[in-house]
Amino acid sequence: MENVSLVIIGGGSAGLASAISAYDNGVKDILVIERSHELGGILNQCIHSGFGLSLLKEELTGPEYAHHFINELKKRNIKYLLDSLVLEINKNLEVVYSNSFGVNKIKAKAIICALGCNERTFSQIFIPGDRPKGVYTAGLAQKYLNIDGYLVGKNVYILGSGDIGLIMARRMTLEGANVIGVSEIMPYSNGLNRNIVQCLNDFNIPLYLKTTVSKIVGNKVLEGIEISDVDDKQNIILNTNRFIKCDTLLLSVGLYPFNTLLNKAGCKKNSLTNGALIDNNFETTIEGIFTTGNGLHVHDLVDFVSEESFIVGKKAAELILNLRNDVISELNVNNKDNVSYVLPNTIKLTNNNEEVYFYLRVRKKINKGKIKILNNNKIIYSFIKMYLEPSEMIKFKIESNLLINLKEIDVEIEEIK
Amino acid sequence: MKKELYDVIIIGAGVIGASIARFLSRFNVKCLILEKHNDVGEEASGANSAIVHSGYDPKPNTLKAKFNVIGAKMFDKINDELDVNYIKTGTLTIGFNNDDLITLKSLKERGEINGVETSIIGKDELFKLEPNLNKNVLYGLYAKEAGIVNPFLLVSGLIENALENNIDLKLNSEVIKIEKIMDFYRVFTKDKGIYETKVLVNASGRNGDYITSFIEKPKFKITPRKGQYILFDHFDDHFINRPLFMCPTKMGKGVLVSKTTSNNYYIGPTNEASSLDDVSTTKEGFDYLKKESLKLINNLPIKDAIREFSGVRANNNIDDFIIEESNLNEGFFNVSSIMSPGLASSLAIGEYVSNLIQNRLNLKINENYNPYIRKYPKFNNYEKLKDLININPLYGKFICRCEKVSEGMIIDMIHRKGGPTTVKGIKKRLRAGFGRCQGTFCQEEVIKILSRELNIPIDEVNYSDLGTNILKYRSK
Repeated sequence: MENVSLVIIGGGSAGLASAISAYDNGVKDILVIERSHELGGILNQCIHSGFGLSLLKEELTGPEYAHHFINELKKRNIKYLLDSLVLEINKNLEVVYSNSFGVNKIKAKAIICALGCNERTFSQIFIPGDRPKGVYTAGLAQKYLNIDGYLVGKNVYILGSGDIGLIMARRMTLEGANVIGVSEIMPYSNGLNRNIVQCLNDFNIPLYLKTTVSKIVGNKVLEGIEISDVDDKQNIILNTNRFIKCDTLLLSVGLYPFNTLLNKAGCKKNSLTNGALIDNNFETTIEGIFTTGNGLHVHDLVDFVSEESFIVGKKAAELILNLRNDVISELNVNNKDNVSYVLPNTIKLTNNNEEVYFYLRVRKKINKGKIKILNNNKIIYSFIKMYLEPSEMIKFKIESNLLINLKEIDVEIEEIK
Repeated sequence: MKKELYDVIIIGAGVIGASIARFLSRFNVKCLILEKHNDVGEEASGANSAIVHSGYDPKPNTLKAKFNVIGAKMFDKINDELDVNYIKTGTLTIGFNNDDLITLKSLKERGEINGVETSIIGKDELFKLEPNLNKNVLYGLYAKEAGIVNPFLLVSGLIENALENNIDLKLNSEVIKIEKIMDFYRVFTKDKGIYETKVLVNASGRNGDYITSFIEKPKFKITPRKGQYILFDHFDDHFINRPLFMCPTKMGKGVLVSKTTSNNYYIGPTNEASSLDDVSTTKEGFDYLKKESLKLINNLPIKDAIREFSGVRANNNIDDFIIEESNLNEGFFNVSSIMSPGLASSLAIGEYVSNLIQNRLNLKINENYNPYIRKYPKFNNYEKLKDLININPLYGKFICRCEKVSEGMIIDMIHRKGGPTTVKGIKKRLRAGFGRCQGTFCQEEVIKILSRELNIPIDEVNYSDLGTNILKYRSK
């Protein structure tokens, strides 16, 4: 069996950044395994600009952003495989992959899963009605348009105001389609503000808050949809349904980590994110298997994926190169009031005094919140933050010495009226 | 213009039409199947519970009982011949109280009359078989001869085998008129086809009475019943191991929880009066299924639901199958109203009807009849996959990551007789697009492969029926 120090599964934004970082931190023997016929992942179909502002300090399109990282990978002569699907990983850090040259099993010292995420489909949110052609996730319609050069329809309704949905509203309008409107089940949009302005407002596309699609209509092809109002608990209000004629329904109703490989390997699942449970090294419950990017938890911006994956590459390098210090204490992290999830789930402290990063999302929109870390109801760290939204990930770091000898901490957000 | 005269025309390429055609191909016969859809098995045969019932349930001395009991026993052989993923899982009918026990005992007796062995088991044994049952269950009727099958591969395999043995198939040929002329029938299709035949078989499913009415006054009326289902991803290999039915009560048959041959799970069906073409789902249906299924099992990971769908069953007003040659119109065979347990009965019906037709036409044995189709390129271990890649490297290039379907497997399927020409056709036979992402990742590649292999432009590749092409308009 072939031995490789580090196997990275996925050659998208997370895989590329973690490979580059692991290399720069001393691991030279790396193999990136990519499912598709090119590196870059979903960035390749995101031809709009807005990428890189935070990390690279310039505004790039998706393919340009990917190109930057692919160049960095190639400069380092990091090996990668295309058109190759990993079929299995296991707790012995063996990786089985297949491509047209054969099936191979390789043994790694560490594995980074940079698997990306899935789009939620209409079935996963239980939209009743017919099952005609004409209903797509926004990402798939984006691929058809930006990669293959085809519009899937000309009279389009969009459910969900996630960023891909908003981007596609503008993109299809520019291609001559009539985007009738966007429904959002929440009382606020889940997309970035800049996208609401640039993709909907600038094109006079209406956004209907607190509405959802309550029925899909059409025998073989989509003929229309019914939308209905919802109450504060997102339940459909009876007799508010109205018919909208359209040939295309796009869904932008959330993303969730792709985790099948990790689950099958036996890594414990995080039911809040649908990714894996991790510690502060981004290591799963199986030693040597790391996870990062949208395959761990869904990020707002690709820049944040890259930043996170730089850290993960370094952490994997530390394991491979035996640079880890002994763990002196270990604690669990719980999400409490107003926090829908927090990462990491456990923290392993060593005496190198490295800072500990936290990633979390607020459960609802809060104008002014106090983010608190508590131990036995005692605040050990807190700060005030304005305009908290579920669509924006909150990141912060604290000194590790605040956590020494604790067994458990709670992370909560207090709403300040 | 002189039309070609067929010995037999079968209307409908569902599991019944496919089975009749396949068994008929044992004889030298000039036979054509007319199917209105763009693929075979598109209606009830592709949206049902996928269970091979053992046959204890139908009322004794009905056609349902007769064909179910014979048909269920034919699946081992057909599995060997056509690779239809038949698994003899057994089924459990679950009772919750002493009234149910009485019902289960009477079902057991009914089984004995039908010639089907079952046993009644208690709580301990039930939980040994199915650890995830609801703790309120008390009794079970265990029918160990029952099983599950892949209904898509059953239909496509029967069709492929029939076509290999010289039966003809025309898709997109909806029958709109039939004339009886002397001793033959003239059949008109919507696409302006005209066909003539000595024997006409009506296997048109839920349109059974409508098709009959072209020839004679039907003796039965189709009263379509809709069943909604919720399908789940493979979240746990042994969540349940076999179909679980509720003990029938005055309130009805209840819902069932089952696994599929691909280790998916589903709950369903509802049982609602419907119109012929209404395959819609409803919120009420979802809520009912979620609530009722929890009586059988102790939890349901709703987050792992991947698809909701409906099927319409061809129930009728006399509550039994119609399988007969018309006594008014010689050569007109009605094989209609094949409701549940239709899938389990399908092979026995096919064999029986084909024998009737052989008698009527005095057909000779087909000396070249081969009951086997070419084995599917499957792998259950990596060595087998390596062997496949040695034959064709594209077996190693995976297109669908949810269900592990490679390009080689798709190409093999497309080039079989009666093979898929649509995205849904690939999905049904190979499961690319069936999994958690529902084709979000693989659909585009499937379209490209279909386009290349069938030599048609990508914007002419349909999702299912004609006119359902996905790529509609060129971008600017």
